[in-house]
Amino acid sequence: MYDTNLVLGGKEFTSRLIVGTGKYSSMDVMREAHEAAGAEIITVAVRRVSLPSGESILDHIDTTRYTLLPNTAGCYTADEAIRTCYLAREAGLGEMVKLEVIGDQRTLFPDVEGLLEATRTLAREGFTVMPYTNDDPVMARKLQDAGAACVMPLGAPIGSGLGIRNPYNIKIILESVTVPVIVDAGVGTASDAAIAMELGCDGVLMNTAIAGAQDAVAMARAMKLAVEAGRLAYKAGRIGKKLYATASSPIEGLPDWTS
Amino acid sequence: MEISVNGKPMVVERGITVDGLLTLLDVKRQYTAVAVNRDVLRKADYGTLTLSEGDRVEIVRPMGGG
Repeated sequence: MYDTNLVLGGKEFTSRLIVGTGKYSSMDVMREAHEAAGAEIITVAVRRVSLPSGESILDHIDTTRYTLLPNTAGCYTADEAIRTCYLAREAGLGEMVKLEVIGDQRTLFPDVEGLLEATRTLAREGFTVMPYTNDDPVMARKLQDAGAACVMPLGAPIGSGLGIRNPYNIKIILESVTVPVIVDAGVGTASDAAIAMELGCDGVLMNTAIAGAQDAVAMARAMKLAVEAGRLAYKAGRIGKKLYATASSPIEGLPDWTS
Repeated sequence: MEISVNGKPMVVERGITVDGLLTLLDVKRQYTAVAVNRDVLRKADYGTLTLSEGDRVEIVRPMGGG
């Protein structure tokens, strides 16, 4: 079936699965998982160089093949997040950023006021802003109006693996904005990713669900298939839900067994 | 003079440039960025910007994350 590409910041991507680089058991496992996921976009954090400086995570990522997506994880104010994006740009990581402004340490829920402010500033500065937000359709529209290149509502708290807790809100977000909608955070297993895509989301971003699985490479492949299956099912157009049965075989032509 | 590099105190020669500091610390330039007192620097300024007593230098690069 014909499908369009995911477009972010004028760049086209065939893969709709964005994966992270955190918490892998080894760099070899990470590299294999990226391959198995078929990902084209890979998130990285921006942190202090440990001194003396040793090997870099980018020694294990083919930067000619993958588009890097630096995040602002750990930032609690718009100012910190904006400066982190500037650092990422100066580091040569590009102008596409996964914007996080965290509002609470325990839940890692976004501070949407700070997020909106940072989105506005960064979009004006020419960044392709991909904000991690809550599953609020009103905020999603405000982020779009502020210049976000997409909106990335959470399915559930980061690293929780609870799945898509409010599919109805995700559905309303999809109807509220014209930019791509990418579910970011909360995915625990393949069916969660499939559900996001079946709802009509444009992509799914995950880290822990793959990196924390007992076999990360196998889970990466499962996620790839789930995202593709969910997308295909969405494009195919599912049947309506009904309370009672509808026979699949014709009633007509049944033999008469009456005695 | 004393400056702070990634949160740790460090004694360096007066008049050292950012470029000089990176060389002293043997930090690779690729995929690295530097901020001094909260201002993110452009790579082109590393050679000309001299550090001052008490400057807070942050040297960052990509790490694993989601």
